[in-house]
Amino acid sequence: MSALALPGSGARQRPFGGRQAFIEKITGMGLALPATLLLLLTSLVPLVVLFVMSFTDYELGAVEFEWVGVANFSKAMGDSVFRRSLWNTFLYVGIVLPGAVCLGLLVAVLVYGRKRTRSFYEIVYFLPVTSTLIAMATVWQFLLHPRLGPINTFLHMIGAGEHAFLSDPALVVPTLAMIGMWQLIGFNMVLFLAGLSAIPKDLYEAAEIDGCAGGIDRFLTITWPLLGPTTMFVIVTTSITAFKIFDTVAVMTQGGPMGSSEVLLYSIYLEGFQYFHTAYAAALTMVFLVFILIFSVIQSFVLERRVHY
Amino acid sequence: MARVTLKSIAKTFGQTSVLSGIDLEVADGEFLTLVGASGCGKSTLIRIIAGLEPQTSGSIEIDGRSIDHLRPHERRVALVFQSYALYPHMSVAGNIGLPLTMQRLSQWERLPVVKYLSPRRRRVMRGIAEEVRAVAAQLQIEPLLGRRPSQLSGGQRQRVALGRSMVRHPDVFLMDEPLSNLDAKLRVHMRSELAELHKRLQTTFVYVTHDQVEAMTMSDRVAMMDAGSILQLGTPSELYARPANIKVAQFIGSPAINLLPATVGDGGVIEVMGRHLPLRTALAAGSAATVGIRPEAIAPRGAAPLREQQVALGAVRRRTENLGSEYILHFDVAGLGDKVITCRVPADHDLGTTGEVDLVFDLAACHIFDAEGQRAEPLNMQREDRNQRVRLYLNSGGAAG
Repeated sequence: MSALALPGSGARQRPFGGRQAFIEKITGMGLALPATLLLLLTSLVPLVVLFVMSFTDYELGAVEFEWVGVANFSKAMGDSVFRRSLWNTFLYVGIVLPGAVCLGLLVAVLVYGRKRTRSFYEIVYFLPVTSTLIAMATVWQFLLHPRLGPINTFLHMIGAGEHAFLSDPALVVPTLAMIGMWQLIGFNMVLFLAGLSAIPKDLYEAAEIDGCAGGIDRFLTITWPLLGPTTMFVIVTTSITAFKIFDTVAVMTQGGPMGSSEVLLYSIYLEGFQYFHTAYAAALTMVFLVFILIFSVIQSFVLERRVHY
Repeated sequence: MARVTLKSIAKTFGQTSVLSGIDLEVADGEFLTLVGASGCGKSTLIRIIAGLEPQTSGSIEIDGRSIDHLRPHERRVALVFQSYALYPHMSVAGNIGLPLTMQRLSQWERLPVVKYLSPRRRRVMRGIAEEVRAVAAQLQIEPLLGRRPSQLSGGQRQRVALGRSMVRHPDVFLMDEPLSNLDAKLRVHMRSELAELHKRLQTTFVYVTHDQVEAMTMSDRVAMMDAGSILQLGTPSELYARPANIKVAQFIGSPAINLLPATVGDGGVIEVMGRHLPLRTALAAGSAATVGIRPEAIAPRGAAPLREQQVALGAVRRRTENLGSEYILHFDVAGLGDKVITCRVPADHDLGTTGEVDLVFDLAACHIFDAEGQRAEPLNMQREDRNQRVRLYLNSGGAAG
């Protein structure tokens, strides 16, 4: 830059002058404005409203409200329904996350190895993603029916007895988790397939020459490490999706039997839209958001550092 | 000891034949280069030797033993890829050491977590680290052992790829265009390093390149390939001095050889631009032929008179490329249409005036190719021909003389 400056004009002088820089700054801000506005309107402002509301006793339809401090939060800590729904949500995530990630990876690796039948399997596994869960819930309800459902007929046939999957308090969350996995595997498979096709063929060939002859060696030496960034992304999306479990509970169990399938989002929905405890629901939502935030932060700071080369 | 023998190797992909009956014998310790334009099948051939691709027919032997049934890692060959194919998630040391860990650790000693249960593993890994360091020292990449491939320059990656192939002490080094991802200067440098490495290791090298300079400078022998077969196999100087095929003549040598269209006259005498050259061949009269003259075998005459056995060609200089030590001159020749005749002359050569000049060449420097492109040797001249004081002007342009 200074090469352009005339002798004696001073080394600090900018080649384009302050006006150019000002225009550039304005242009940059102008270009960022629409996205910023959208972000403000759709995320940040509602978040602030939510945050403010969680310190009040506002109820939907009320004309006025009072500040109650952290009363909503301390109430939540003592609320057995909330604690149970929190525990159920974690149990659900704990089953769905490893299941949907591992099975999604397994299916992707298997499907990737197919040549002619690949697109067929891709469609088959992806179908649950495209289907409406509300509609499919009816099908699941039939499949899992204690007496009429084919699953129980099968279990009965192999002598495993009959199980009331959706009305047994011990089974209901794992059963919902199975349905959640069924829906997520296809999506994760597509993500893993994209990751797999990004791995250069050369590496597999080099590995073959270097002695990674078997499938396990190849997977551990090349595939798994190079899928690191994909896996990290899949884990983040899967855990957040699983944490937001709502529709299957709302349609199939309504939190029952005896509150054993109550989950976080469903409790928030009941408080906010059934009992109109809007402020309390806002406080619960804050808790929900804090968990999502913790997930994202852990994953992007801990995992991200280890998977990028 | 590793002598590689290819016996009528053929390869077809569906209906397309990529290699047709390649017979090749690479001597122990030899540096053999497969050279050819892209798509000639040279990479496929080296991949077949490496075992990455099965041949459709034919067999490969190393030291007389067939290796057709062996997996790539059992063949005791190492392949250096054009892309280097380094494992991006491993350090340099991990990359170089991988072939050894695969050889020396059992399956469960390589599994994650479980591997730490093996008491033997740590000892083996220490041994491997020693060997990796020794190889890295040879290649002068010791300070880089802890880095990831993404933190290395192209030349350094190249060395790591070499190190990974050296650490196993393979019988045969296979290299698939290893220098083509490097910039020009580094390529020249790595060329001499590879040649030195070959000298030091005394191992058989099979090297694939599309760059004739690499082929000429490094190899003991060169196999020029085209359309799935070997056109000519010989030392670099053989390929340069006696190209067996017009394609070889065109490929080897830079700038490319000048080709003059010719016909065969009565008694196999070659005619260029309607004039008889006192060159007799066994070709049938009336057939087409081509005369090739290397750019370094033809030069503007300057003031010197035409010597015996020399032919002159009237031409107008179109363009001059100054390479410092030499000039590349481009000439338009009347009667040759758009074709340009290239001359390569030393920088101290008298370039003369810009107008019309005579380009002169010796008859002995002519390469004759028949209509199919095969080399045709000039027959021994009859005595009277040979004694003839040939001073021939090919086109009307040949003014003074």
